[in-house]
Amino acid sequence: MTSPRNATSPRKTALLTLGLALGLAAAPTPGQAQNVFRFAFQGDIKSLDPYSLKETFTIGMHGAVYEALVMRDKDMKFAPQLAESWENPEPTRWRFHLRKGVKFHDGSPFTADDVIFSVQRVRAPGSNFQTNVPADAEFVKVDDYTVDMKLKTPNPIAIAQFATWYIMSKTWAEKNNAVQPSAPTATSPSYAALNENGTGPFTIAEHQPGVRTVFKKFPGYWGKVESNLDEAVFTTIGNSATRVAALLSGEVDWIDPVPLQDQPRVESSGNAVVMAGPELRTIFLGMDQWRDELKDSSVKGKNPFKDKRVREAFYLAIDEDTIAKRVMRGQATPSALLIAPSLYDRSGEFKRPAYDPKKAKALLTEAGYPDGFTLTMDCPNDRYVNDEAICQAVVSMLARVGVKVNLNAQPKAKYFAKVLAPAYDTSFYLVGWTPSSQDSHNILYEIAGCRNDPKSGRGGWNLGNYCNPKIDEIADKVETETDKTKRDAFIKEGFDTINADWGYIPLHQQALAWGVSKKVTLTQRPDNYFYLYWVSKKP
Amino acid sequence: MLAFLIRRLAQALVVLGVVGLIAFAMFRFAGDPVNQIVGPDTPVSERAEIRRSLGLDDPMLVQFGRYAGNVLRGDFGISYQFRQPVTALLSERIPATLELALCATLFALGVGILMGVYCALRRDTFLAKLFQAISLVGVSLPTFLIGILLIFLFSVTLGWLPSYGRGDTVRLGGWTTGFLTVSGLKALILPSVTLGLYQMTLIMRLVRAEMLEVLRTDYIRFARARGLTTRTIHLGHALKNTLVPVITIAGLQLGSVIAFSIITETVFQWPGMGLLFVQAVQNVDIPIMSAYLLLVAAIFVTINLVVDLLYTVVDPRLRGSVGRAA
Repeated sequence: MTSPRNATSPRKTALLTLGLALGLAAAPTPGQAQNVFRFAFQGDIKSLDPYSLKETFTIGMHGAVYEALVMRDKDMKFAPQLAESWENPEPTRWRFHLRKGVKFHDGSPFTADDVIFSVQRVRAPGSNFQTNVPADAEFVKVDDYTVDMKLKTPNPIAIAQFATWYIMSKTWAEKNNAVQPSAPTATSPSYAALNENGTGPFTIAEHQPGVRTVFKKFPGYWGKVESNLDEAVFTTIGNSATRVAALLSGEVDWIDPVPLQDQPRVESSGNAVVMAGPELRTIFLGMDQWRDELKDSSVKGKNPFKDKRVREAFYLAIDEDTIAKRVMRGQATPSALLIAPSLYDRSGEFKRPAYDPKKAKALLTEAGYPDGFTLTMDCPNDRYVNDEAICQAVVSMLARVGVKVNLNAQPKAKYFAKVLAPAYDTSFYLVGWTPSSQDSHNILYEIAGCRNDPKSGRGGWNLGNYCNPKIDEIADKVETETDKTKRDAFIKEGFDTINADWGYIPLHQQALAWGVSKKVTLTQRPDNYFYLYWVSKKP
Repeated sequence: MLAFLIRRLAQALVVLGVVGLIAFAMFRFAGDPVNQIVGPDTPVSERAEIRRSLGLDDPMLVQFGRYAGNVLRGDFGISYQFRQPVTALLSERIPATLELALCATLFALGVGILMGVYCALRRDTFLAKLFQAISLVGVSLPTFLIGILLIFLFSVTLGWLPSYGRGDTVRLGGWTTGFLTVSGLKALILPSVTLGLYQMTLIMRLVRAEMLEVLRTDYIRFARARGLTTRTIHLGHALKNTLVPVITIAGLQLGSVIAFSIITETVFQWPGMGLLFVQAVQNVDIPIMSAYLLLVAAIFVTINLVVDLLYTVVDPRLRGSVGRAA
C-alpha cells in the first residue's frame, strides 16, 4: 500500500529528476571551492509556504528565500527591503515605494501587483499570518512601484509585523494553483508547501520535509549579500545529544538549542562556542482568577486566587534569583515585567519585588490560610528551557510557606490541549510569551486583557482570566496613540496596574543557546530568528 | 491450502482493523493537534473552526469509521505538519528504514554466528569469555545509550564516522539508496551496529547453545569415528544443523527490527519511518501515526503468514494439521 512506485505525480517526477540532477551535478566536483554551511535545529521546517505556520524557526528559514516590504535589521530596527522607502503622510495613510529591478527566483519581475496579491493571500482562510497586516487596512496600487495602505484609525504599530509578512509572486501562485495558503485542514497537498519562489538571496534546491533542505545562492539577487555562503544544508536533529555531537565533531556548523548541561562541554571543545544572548521570550506564572472554586484544590467553595493577598504571597514566596542562578545555570535574566526590557523603553523603571517568604506567610495567614492549601500546577516539560525544573523549584519554594503544590508536568502537545481554550483547565501554570508585534500592546491585549468575548482575540492567552477593565481601556488607548511619549506613559500605567494587582508572576527571560562553530560568523537577534544572509563561513 | 490462505488473509484484515481502532482510541491521549499546527496568536474561534473541519470534535468511532473508509479507498490523508500526503511521506522514508534493517540483520547474523561458533568450539578460551561478556552488554544496555556511546567514541573523539543522517543518497526510480556512495555506507555502520546489537547477542547465544547441543549428538560422534576432519565436522555437519532454528528466529526478528528501529533512528536522526513516527507523536500528527501503525501491523501480519507457509513447506508433518487447525 505504500510502495514507492505508486506515487508518481508530475511534481514527484520533477523532484526525482531534480534530485538525480543534483546528485550527478554534485558528484564530479566535490573538491571545488564551494562554501557549504551545515546546520541543525531540533525541529523541522514545517512547510515552505510562508503563510502556513507562525513559528520562529520556520519564519527565519523562509526569510532566506522570501522577502518582506520592510525588514528588521540586526538591532531590530525597521529597514527597507522590497520597499525602498515608505512614509506616513497622514496618520491613516502609509505609502510604500517599491524597489525596482527585483526579480523572483523564476525570473519574473516584482511589482505592486505582487504586493496586492500577497495582501489577499495572507488574509485568506488558512493563513496563519492574518494579523500581520492590520485588519482594517485597505491596500491600493498607485502605480507599478507604489502602494498605499489606508487605515480606518491611526495605528502606531501598523507595520510592526511586516517583517515576517513575505511577498509572494502573483503569476507563480496562479500558475501553480497556490493562490490559497496551505491550510491545516486542506485535503489536497499544496504546491507552495514544497516549492518556493521568493526574491531573497537564496533559493531552495532540495526540500525533503522533516529530513533535509538545501539552500543555494541566488545569482540574480538584486542587492549585496553579507553572507559568503554558496550553499547551506539544513537537517533536523531532534535528539539533543546527537545534535551536540554533530557540532563537536564538526559535521555541522550551527545547532539550536544547546542544552544547558552541555554548554560547558561545547565551550571547552575548542572548535565551537555557545552564543547565549537574552531572548525576548518571558517566562511567567499565571493563576486562575476566574473560577469560583479552584480546580483540584483543598479549598472548597471559593477561589483563593481571587484574593489579591494570596497572589502577592505566591509572588513573594518564589525566589527567582535562585531559579535563574541554579535551575537556569545563570542563563536567565529575572524580569519584573511580562515583556523583555529591549521591547519597552521604560522597562528600567520597574523593579522586581524581592523574595520575602516571611511576608508571604503573613499574607497567607491574613487571607485565612495560616496552614496554606493544596492545589495543582500545570507545566510543560518539552517547550521552554528547563521548564519542568523551574516548576519543580516553584513547588518546593511554595512548600516553604505551607502551600502544597501537585505538579502536573507533561509534553507540550498534552499541556497546551489542557490549559488553552476552550477548556482553560488549569489553576496555576507556566507559560512563555514573545509578543509577535514586538510591542507592549500585545501583552496588554492578549495576556492581560479580559477574556470576555470568545470572538475577539483579547485575552486569548489570559488562561487564568486575570481581569481588570482598566487594562482594557488602557490597551485601547495604546492601540491608537501615535505620540510615543504619551503611548509609553499609557503602557507604564498598564504594567503598573498588572503589578499592583499581582495579576501575574513574571519569572525571567531565558537565554538563547546557539552552538556555533568557530569558523562561522553570524548575527544573533534576541527574537531568535535565524537568517542565513547574515551567516559567513571561513572556507 | 487455498482455504487456509483465505482464512489467514481474513484474519489479517481483522487484525489491521483492531490495530486501527486501538490506535484511534489512544490518539485522544496524545494531545491536541490544533495547537501544533497554528501559531500561538491564532484566535480561539479559528482554532475551534480548524478542530471542527478536521473532524476532531466527532466521537472516536465516527472518526475511525471515516478514516477506515478513506483507507479502503487508498487515501491515507494529509499530514497536519507537512501538509503532504502521508503515502508520499512514508514511501519517501521506507528505503531508509529497510536498508538499515537489512544491514542490521546481516550484521547480527554474520557476527552473531561467527562469535557463537567460536564460543561453542573454544569454550574456555579468553576470547570466548570476552564474547560472552560483550553479549551481556548487548542484551542489558538500552539501545539509545549504546547509540550515544558509539557516537561519542567514533564521531566526536575519533572522527571516523558520521553522527547523524544517511550521508549522500542516490535515487534509483522511487528508491533512495545509501549503498552506492562512500558517505552513505559510512553512515550505515553505527546505526546498523546499534540496531543489530541486540539481535546479534541473541543469535550468538542461540548458536552457541545449539552448537554445543549438536556436538554432543551421535552422528557427530560417528563422523569423528569415520575420521572426517574437524573442520568438515564442525562447519559441514554441526553448523548446518545449528542454523535451522537460527533462521527461524532471524526471520521472526526482522519484523521487530523494522518496527523497533524507532529508537535507533531517533538517536542517529536516521530519516526512516520510525523517526517520522516519533516526530508525528510529538506533534500529534494523527494521519502519520495511524498510517505508520497500520503499516507496521501489516508487516508483522505478512511475516507471520510467510513463516506459517514456510513451515508447511519445510516440514511435511505440518501440512495436514494446517488444513484442519489454524
